[in-house]
Amino acid sequence: MSLTKIKFDKKIVLSFWIILIALIIAAPTLLPVFRLNLLGRYLSLSIVALGVDLIWGYTGLLSLGQGIFFALGGYCAAMYLQITSSSEFPNNIPEFFALYGVEKLPFFWEPFRSPFFAFFAIWIIPALVAGLIGFLVFRNRIKGVYFSILTQASLLVFFNFFNGQQKLINGTNGLKTDVTQLFGQMVGSESMQRIFFWITAILVIAAWFFAKWVVKGRFGNILIGIRDDEPRVRFTGYNPVIFKTIIFSIAGGLAGVSGALYTVQSGIVSPQFMTVPFSIEMVIWVAVGGRGTLLGAILGAVFINYAKSLVSEALPASWMFIQGGLFILVVTALPEGVLGWMQGDGPRNLLQKFGLKRKIETYPSLEVNNREENNE
Amino acid sequence: MELLLDSLFNGVAIGSVLLVAALGLAIVFGLMGVINLAHGELMMLGAYTTYVTQLIFKLPILKPFYNSYIIVSIFLAFIVSGVVGILLEKTIIRKLYGSPLETLLATWGVSLILQQFVRSVPLAYGTGLVISLLIGLFLPTTFPSKIKESINFKYFKFSSWIFAALTGVLTGSIISSSVSKLSRASARNVDVTAPSWMRGQVEIIGNAFPKTRLMIIIITLISVIAITLFLNQSAWGMRIRAVTQNRQMSDCLGISTEKVDIITFGIGSGLAGVAGVAVSLLGSVGPNVGGNYIVGCFMVVVLGGVGNLLGTVLASFGIGIMTDLIGAGRLLSIWPDMPLPLSNTINFFATTSMARVMIFALIVIFLQFKPTGLFPQKGRMVEN
Repeated sequence: MSLTKIKFDKKIVLSFWIILIALIIAAPTLLPVFRLNLLGRYLSLSIVALGVDLIWGYTGLLSLGQGIFFALGGYCAAMYLQITSSSEFPNNIPEFFALYGVEKLPFFWEPFRSPFFAFFAIWIIPALVAGLIGFLVFRNRIKGVYFSILTQASLLVFFNFFNGQQKLINGTNGLKTDVTQLFGQMVGSESMQRIFFWITAILVIAAWFFAKWVVKGRFGNILIGIRDDEPRVRFTGYNPVIFKTIIFSIAGGLAGVSGALYTVQSGIVSPQFMTVPFSIEMVIWVAVGGRGTLLGAILGAVFINYAKSLVSEALPASWMFIQGGLFILVVTALPEGVLGWMQGDGPRNLLQKFGLKRKIETYPSLEVNNREENNE
Repeated sequence: MELLLDSLFNGVAIGSVLLVAALGLAIVFGLMGVINLAHGELMMLGAYTTYVTQLIFKLPILKPFYNSYIIVSIFLAFIVSGVVGILLEKTIIRKLYGSPLETLLATWGVSLILQQFVRSVPLAYGTGLVISLLIGLFLPTTFPSKIKESINFKYFKFSSWIFAALTGVLTGSIISSSVSKLSRASARNVDVTAPSWMRGQVEIIGNAFPKTRLMIIIITLISVIAITLFLNQSAWGMRIRAVTQNRQMSDCLGISTEKVDIITFGIGSGLAGVAGVAVSLLGSVGPNVGGNYIVGCFMVVVLGGVGNLLGTVLASFGIGIMTDLIGAGRLLSIWPDMPLPLSNTINFFATTSMARVMIFALIVIFLQFKPTGLFPQKGRMVEN
């Protein structure tokens, strides 16, 4: 795939970055508040998509349960916000506890009074949970479809748990963050939302570089090796369990960050983040964008969600048909996704069909390799 | 003792719904290594078939036979879901053979489309569509072999599809004009009322059991026996078992794996339809009805393994009985004076949703010891 990747000039790359940064800085003034908020949310979703790309596109593990870690991150952030702005309520605890007659903060929420703990909890707790689930599943060499349906089942289990526990986490109502305070400002206010948008944009870029760094070098090669032929990796002397657990918990951590950002921008976290359809949707963002191409995951998440909001505004009933069609189409007709198709042989094949480009006589990989050798 | 019997019966009742739903899934998974995420929606189609059959049996011509509609609907549900399943196999799943994860995603897409389909298409025309699919797929196979082998067979096929489409539209409009409830699309849940002979309760050894539950157990029993007989006694059953054991070898020995795939997928989907009839007796029927059961079915397949139908049976009854034991907090009433921390834990898990949490944890612990389920498929491959 990477053989035919177009190498850009350094100047073009530099100017691309300058334009991008300028757009990010200017976005709050260019877009109306509603659209800016939507864009911010979609950008935060693209972080979880990056995680899905790491585990599915690079390692071949199709997780249908990323919603767990997404929601865990969201809950950590929302609970911190609720606790810090709870000084006016009785007993110094968030308002909803009073509804169920709880007078003391449950012990596991106690550390969330500290902002440092909350900051680390947002990504470490989902990563730890993911690592635990992953380790228990991977060490038995459960993989493929089994792994997918086990993650789906664990998603449902977490959903049931969070949905039923009113006294600990406000159950099905979820936690609101709109009216909470952070550094003396309302989280739902316009100025705070603008700041959250910038933070999200920066974190998306940071997560992208982080993911690129993860898949670079030997670690990334082993991941791809696990995807393509796991027994061979094992026979070569590597233990796939460790690598799979690490990458699964990295994806979990990314999902947690993404969930926290999404929560503060949408104003609420609820067990609805852990429904089965939402987690499968994350996979389709990556599949359409192009799995194994990190940029594709980001673009896929943003564009599909944008299309979803546009279509749902115009024709509410048709989105399910379109989404279902996308699932079928992308796996049957475009398995490497849009970006993968563009980076691969797609455009050349298309041009050849119309007779606009010379046909390659032998296998494309041979010709490309020869050309590269000649260049050297 | 009475309590234990009660618990056993409830557990068997929960487990039998799971079993009939998971049976088709397990057979297909064993044969093709494919998990069909649209299985729940095939169940939903079966449940809607029951509803449509019920309304059609209320028409003046069929009114005298109203009481037997539920028996008829079992067969109809099998056919409807089976036809949709065969279409699914022929158009999508066959193309994705060898990539189970992609199949998973594609079948999820199918399930979304089916859900939205029953929401936005009037059920009468949906029925018409199914009828035309049925005719279009099966009419060509009934032609004499002389026509089948002729070079013009595709024209015959094409004309039979046109005939099928016309019949479908005709039936659709007849149904929609005669049953007003089916002529409009609606996203609302519908209710299937059991015929009078199935209402009420039966006394067994001093305990009263609802008749619908008994009916579901009977449906399950018959499905399991029928499938076991089919797999073990018939020629096609033998071929299915052969392909399940070793696909390449069976192919080399002249078994048409393509046909085996279609038949198995059709039967598996048909069983989902039968499960749909059972589900429709338990509560109201809506576009999302399948989703409530599907993850339970996956757990049955994971727990039971794919080597043996017995694994599926044991797993579903095991899950059913455990759900009842934990979900209703029955351990407390069996052993009333247990230590406080233990009884607190049991109370914490004594709801249906928390019971699921507990059972999932138990399954994950079980998989630590037997990763491939109760009855794994034997083999010496590196994979599997």
